[in-house]
Amino acid sequence: MFDVHEMEVNFGPQHPSTHGVLRVLLKIDGERIIEAKPIIGYLHRGTEKLFENMAYPQCIPHTDRMDYVASATNNLGFVEAVEKLMGVTKQIPKRAQLMRVILSELQRISSHLLWLATHAIDIGAMTPFFYCFREREQILDLFEQYCGARLTLNCMRIGGMPDDMPPNWLDNIEEFIGKFDAAVDEYEALLTNNRIWKRRTVGIGVLTPEDAIEWGVTGPPLRGSGVEWDLRRAQPYECYPELDFEIPIGKNGDTYDRYLVRMAEMRQSKRILEQCIPLIKQTPAGDIKAKISRVIRPPEGEVYHSIESPKGELGYHIISDGKTQNAYRCRVRPPSFVNLQALPAMAQGHLVSDLVALIGTIDIVLGEVDR
Amino acid sequence: MINPWMRYLVWPLVKFLVAFVIVQVIVAAMNYIERRLLGFMQARLGPNRVGPKGLFQIIADPIKFLLKEDIVPTSAETVAYFLGPMLPLIPAFIVFCLIPYGPPPTFVPTDTNIALLLIVALTSTGVYGIILGGWASNNKYSLMGGLRSAAQMVSYEVPFGLSIVGVLMLSGSFSLVKIIKYQEMHVWNLFPQLIAAFIFLVAMNAENNRTPFDLPEAESELVAGYHTEYSAMKFAFFMLAEYSSMTVNCCLMVSLFFGGWSLSLFGWGITTEGLSHLGVWGGLIGAAIFITKVMIFMLIYIWFRGTFPRFRFDQLMDLGWKWMIPLALVNIFVTGIVVLAMKDLKFNGEILLSIIGAATIAFTLFLLFRGARPAPAKVAHAR
Repeated sequence: MFDVHEMEVNFGPQHPSTHGVLRVLLKIDGERIIEAKPIIGYLHRGTEKLFENMAYPQCIPHTDRMDYVASATNNLGFVEAVEKLMGVTKQIPKRAQLMRVILSELQRISSHLLWLATHAIDIGAMTPFFYCFREREQILDLFEQYCGARLTLNCMRIGGMPDDMPPNWLDNIEEFIGKFDAAVDEYEALLTNNRIWKRRTVGIGVLTPEDAIEWGVTGPPLRGSGVEWDLRRAQPYECYPELDFEIPIGKNGDTYDRYLVRMAEMRQSKRILEQCIPLIKQTPAGDIKAKISRVIRPPEGEVYHSIESPKGELGYHIISDGKTQNAYRCRVRPPSFVNLQALPAMAQGHLVSDLVALIGTIDIVLGEVDR
Repeated sequence: MINPWMRYLVWPLVKFLVAFVIVQVIVAAMNYIERRLLGFMQARLGPNRVGPKGLFQIIADPIKFLLKEDIVPTSAETVAYFLGPMLPLIPAFIVFCLIPYGPPPTFVPTDTNIALLLIVALTSTGVYGIILGGWASNNKYSLMGGLRSAAQMVSYEVPFGLSIVGVLMLSGSFSLVKIIKYQEMHVWNLFPQLIAAFIFLVAMNAENNRTPFDLPEAESELVAGYHTEYSAMKFAFFMLAEYSSMTVNCCLMVSLFFGGWSLSLFGWGITTEGLSHLGVWGGLIGAAIFITKVMIFMLIYIWFRGTFPRFRFDQLMDLGWKWMIPLALVNIFVTGIVVLAMKDLKFNGEILLSIIGAATIAFTLFLLFRGARPAPAKVAHAR
């Protein structure tokens, strides 16, 4: 007799704010979400299977295309995993390590900028979008100066780096980071204390620390819930132990805290970059490759290595049979995929408008979710 | 004596047509100005390809709309789908003959004693087209957009109407001409009706579905809201209606709170009488002042768009019903007392009301910012 008027809405895969091809099957009562079910797989390219059929160095360009807004960290995770499998991690020259750190931190900033841009425009603030892209453009220019590519960098090699730094590159980075704090202040002026922004984000999609750990959430969403877990500190790699930076954490685990955490992380990345520049100037020019065999053929065994990508724990599990130049099996643990799991729980009971904010706040890249 | 046909039919029609053309030019220009100005605010260029400084974009856009394929979804309710974009246009155009663009009689197409009431009544019918269009498109996003729009417009119609009441009590007339003449002899209604002006500004933003109240067409949530399925000229009609009603609301804002075509305080400055000595030129000056004031408010719309995020639907309702309406009612109450006392005790009520208004706004701001939560991010050092 009493009809519950539920409406089913396909939110995506072609929707302005699903950040690619995410499809969320929504059951809504008016505007309130009864059930949100993410459906993925529209961008599946079988990357992991492809890895089994090509030599290790050939895999690196394919890692670019997983999290295509943070390709340097994808490269880093893969080359480090293979280096760990080969047992040459210690032989990587200091200069190459610092270059890797510089590229990853620039990439972290650029990924967070893209996140802020899309998150803000999802919540209706149009202007931060363009401001963020202004700075992101400068980072992409820096990438272009280093490796010629802007998005899919393919900028690391197993055992080191492909090329030494171009002349003036460090000066350009210094010029960029010199202005960067002012730029972040500008975004924060538009959003952080904006009452509408706060009403849209405070208390939305609360993840308790326990929930976050149960769901396997990593990266800024985990830290936003107040868990101090950053792989750069927890399982240090490259020369992060020598660098001084802080891990920003939130308190309430809501969208606003995740926003603040990412904003603070950008400032911390800038701090890391500042420290890297004098360090890299002390290293000998051209010392960018470890002396390893040209043919990459790791010994039999398996390895799981994870790094802190801008979106969370990016892990590579590689099994080598020791006979071929290919991985026997390579499995990627993508942070976006795991973080996306928390979406239905977070969205339950919120409004459709909040779903948009939530998709933004977990910062997914569908290329990485589907691989 | 002028021929009654001329007086009651031809002249009003001519005036309306001239006003209509001017306002449509403003609407078309607004499209360009909005894009350029937003571009300026957002560190980009905006349209700058077509013609000098991109000025021909004003012409290029309508041509594009005319030439585009007009798609009617197969599952749409055809009649309602066609009516959707038409209905908001009709009231938006009719009200243009009620706006006093300059000193009467030349620059006022029709001066009726209930002009304001008529404008409020007509503009509020614009929502039917949006609901109809949203429903007839047979698209879930359009439906949600249409419903949001309906709820929003109905809710904000109340503070919109209530905020005008104070002005009516002060000036004692529904005629916009009389309201403006009252203001030039006393003081701009902005000062004694500070709260009402503020409520009016917010409500007119909400009425027109502009940022931060652009929920019905929230592109990141509802794709394009009620006009998702509309293309070509039908979409252009929706846009024309939106920009026309923006212009109307700005005209109302200027007439009600900012002294219309006059620039005067207690009868000093540019008044209707002063302008009437200058003949036609005086009228033109008055109209220029009016249009300038209107444009300032149009620019405020754009400024809002460049600054604010979007409200959530329940928050929008919350703001409307829990803040705007009680405030408007209190404003009416206080204004009523002062107006009565002013008559009996023969003192200047405007200054008293201005002080009360300023104090209330200060108090509201204090209440709003008292609860502001400090930044919760704790930055821990983990070394």
